Amino acid sequence: MPRTDVMKQKGLTLVDAINEALEQEMTRDERVVILGEDVGANGGVFRVTEGLQKIFGKDRVIDTPLAESGIMGTAIGLAMAGMRPIPEIQFDGFLGPAYDQLTNHAARYRTRTRGAITIPLTVRVPVGGGIHAPELHSDSPEAIYAHTPGLKVVMPCTPVDAKGLLTAAIRDPDPVVFFEPKRVYRSFREEVPEEEYTIPIGHAKVVSEGTDLTVVTWGASVFECLAAIDKLPEDVSIELIDLRTIYPIDLDTIVQSVQKTGRCVIVHEAPKTSGFGAEISSLIQEHCFLYLKAPVQRVAGFDTVMPYYKLELDYLPDAKRIAESVTQTLAY
Amino acid sequence: MPRKSVYKAEIEHIQVMDENGVIDAAQSRNTLSDEEILELFKFMQQCRQLDEIAFKLQRSGRMGTYPQNKGQEAAAIGTAYAAKKGQDFLVPCYRENAALFMHGLPMHYVLLHWMGDERGNQIPEGVQQLPLCIPIGTQMLHATGIAWAFKMRKEPKVALTYFGDGATSEGDFHEAMNFASVFQVPLVFICQNNQWAISVPRESQMRSKTVAQKALAYDMPTYQVDGNDLLAVYKIAKECVDRARGGGGPSFIEAVTYRLADHTTADDARRYRDPKEVDMWLGRDPLIRLRKYLETKDLWDETKQKTHEEKCKAIVSEVVKTAEGIEKPSFDDIFDYTFAAINPELERQKRTARTSSLGQDPTQVGLTAAAEMANGK
Repeated sequence: MPRTDVMKQKGLTLVDAINEALEQEMTRDERVVILGEDVGANGGVFRVTEGLQKIFGKDRVIDTPLAESGIMGTAIGLAMAGMRPIPEIQFDGFLGPAYDQLTNHAARYRTRTRGAITIPLTVRVPVGGGIHAPELHSDSPEAIYAHTPGLKVVMPCTPVDAKGLLTAAIRDPDPVVFFEPKRVYRSFREEVPEEEYTIPIGHAKVVSEGTDLTVVTWGASVFECLAAIDKLPEDVSIELIDLRTIYPIDLDTIVQSVQKTGRCVIVHEAPKTSGFGAEISSLIQEHCFLYLKAPVQRVAGFDTVMPYYKLELDYLPDAKRIAESVTQTLAY
Repeated sequence: MPRKSVYKAEIEHIQVMDENGVIDAAQSRNTLSDEEILELFKFMQQCRQLDEIAFKLQRSGRMGTYPQNKGQEAAAIGTAYAAKKGQDFLVPCYRENAALFMHGLPMHYVLLHWMGDERGNQIPEGVQQLPLCIPIGTQMLHATGIAWAFKMRKEPKVALTYFGDGATSEGDFHEAMNFASVFQVPLVFICQNNQWAISVPRESQMRSKTVAQKALAYDMPTYQVDGNDLLAVYKIAKECVDRARGGGGPSFIEAVTYRLADHTTADDARRYRDPKEVDMWLGRDPLIRLRKYLETKDLWDETKQKTHEEKCKAIVSEVVKTAEGIEKPSFDDIFDYTFAAINPELERQKRTARTSSLGQDPTQVGLTAAAEMANGK
């Protein structure tokens, strides 16, 4: 669909950018099909696929029966037969029923057939908390999938990154889990190139350069970190890294930064224990041990079930917790 | 208001050739010619020979766990013969080797798989099938997706998927049946009801009187056939494949058969199975009735049997030699085949796989690094 006047004047939201990437890839490659619950006439519960069924028809933007394993399993079959399916799982918490198909089949097929059969699919999943959603609609399971050999895991948080990374994911020859932080879906607009482009999977972004301490984060937490940095005294110089891709991790960007600053705080919404922050913290001690001036700190969700929304803001890492952690790490 | 019936259905059981090799003339139309029966009988024996040798390879420590196919060959061959080799697509579990061989999989691939080598799954170019599927019931969704792609691209191809009676308890089975039905994909579901899911008999697996009736919920044409009767299996499979190819959507076949061997070589069915039941089914072996039939037609005799057995042994012996002659895979393969292109972390792990510091930056390991740092290097 052509861009609206608002988009032309004020830029695209994350939802607009993802929609545009989907439309451009479907136009470019007729093997690309979208399948999921309510993705057709309804345009998805977050309207991410709005208008696509009108353009590409019911055979390419497909409303499926309500069955996540069925969506993932048939998407695998489509990919095996040479299509480029983009299954949508409506919410993070509903990945559970599709887990077996995604991890035991999609992730393993290239290696178990030594390259004879491959699964180029991109599963799109809204992720994370902060939008007052019902139970099982606010989880952050990225570490589970990063721990699954054979999957790539991506979580962009800006419209520009989302469009470029989604395009790269759709063109990728391997299965990609594409997490969309739902808190950011419509939180702001930015100018996004109208033509198609890719941003390579596996590259972090230095959001702001600094010399005193490195903050590593991803997803909606990037904006909490920016807010936290605003709270700090002006003479404190923070380097903020948006990981963008969880797996494969961009180790070089983190290592270069931490070797420079000697201090690091990692921020994520997911529970602390075995969260992806644990992996980053380990990598930092493996690669930067002799450069560290303070223990690496983690500001994360708790090892609890994600609470219902009355308590969700108490659960999610916010600017205040992040700023405190940064202050403590600087004072060490 | 009076109650009224809104749905009625029945399940047909089809048998063409009985246990004594006698054909029901009325049922035998659109089945196989005697020449075809002869060829398939010979092929079935070759597959049986491989199965027996695979068992012996495991017992003598030359191969890992193996699930014998013995007794179920008619269900595999009858369905696969109804499909077009190189065009239609087979999605197996692991007890229909004969179908895979018929559609072009070199026999040593299956041995390689059970010898613990992924290259047994590296399906050769042009062979239209997926490799064996070990977890139960997940593959029918893949078959549904594959058949769906054929429909999307308007290709005249059909997919066939195999599974056991136990698999029909899995959620994925029902999701596959529903998707296939809703999207009317060209797919034939083939349940090899061999009566046992490891140690659990069919009656404890489901209350349904037939497996076939499960397809009624998805409004699919559904049949129960004598799965040890090659002609019945072929006749119904051909009908289903032709319907699917013509745009008539999916069908369901329950092939009633029996697992004559243990679940796998790691199992001992004597713990849970009545030997009398096994004896009864030994008499229903598909090879026995085919031989009886061919003998009454003067197409087979003891001399031919002996000659053919020797031929099968020679073929299978070559297959074993091929499988055992393949050198151990390269350890690098596990890194190189995780993704299309290796990523930096995997590259580091591959490079340091044999060191004490997996993936660690060498300049950050041990006392050397500390000393260098202290010396300002």
